Amino acid sequence: MSSTPSYKLYHPKWYRHPMPIFWWFKRWSYIKFIGRELTSLAVGYSATVLVIQIWALSRGQETYERFASLLRTPAAVGIHILLLLCLLFHTITWLNLAPKAIVLRLAGRRLPPALILAGHYLAWFAASALVLWLLVGKS
Amino acid sequence: MTERSNEPFFWALFSAGGMISALVLPALVLVLWIAGPLGWIDAPSFAELSGLVSQPVVRLGLLLLIALCLFHWAHRFRFALYDGLQLKHLFGLIAVICYGGAAILTLITVYLLWTFQG
Repeated sequence: MSSTPSYKLYHPKWYRHPMPIFWWFKRWSYIKFIGRELTSLAVGYSATVLVIQIWALSRGQETYERFASLLRTPAAVGIHILLLLCLLFHTITWLNLAPKAIVLRLAGRRLPPALILAGHYLAWFAASALVLWLLVGKS
Repeated sequence: MTERSNEPFFWALFSAGGMISALVLPALVLVLWIAGPLGWIDAPSFAELSGLVSQPVVRLGLLLLIALCLFHWAHRFRFALYDGLQLKHLFGLIAVICYGGAAILTLITVYLLWTFQG
């Protein structure tokens, strides 16, 4: 199962310049690149905590209240504020990439990238409004 | 014979997960884990949340969100380990841990949502 053609494991004939492990620390743009990759940790963490929250809900009120009180501890709040910052970084870098990744043509002409970008930010706004409406809109 | 690659499949999951997490997660995290616990808003109660989750549409949405987020993490973190920490020699092991972990958590989510009673 060699699934990625981009990484060849052994190249006996090639000289490879050894790279230090923290090669990406040298330039701001490299740090940003690795930072963007690491926002996936924030996404994975969010999914995991959501699973735990659903589990707590399924166990009944008592378990859920214990979970909710855990969420109110300063450590949890601090972690989640940091989490939100990472997620915002992910959202903004992801949406800003969309016009470069998506090329739409309408009647033979390319849609302006700014329009695609605006569409994605509109979608972000709509999705956030939906979440707010579902969770707090009714009270 | 050309070798079939499973890369496009995982890349599609990564891409879908990146989009859905970008659109949904900031608001969700702000309301559920920051504004609610800090008392900025009336935190949605146990009854409200279990009422929400007992709706099939919400359950389907949650499953989609959670599964895609997990596979987004798996794919992106895998390559961050390869490139950032130069762990290419652990190629197989890292892939198994990342995708396997995402798959197991997805199965747990399916079970929890399938058996959920409000």
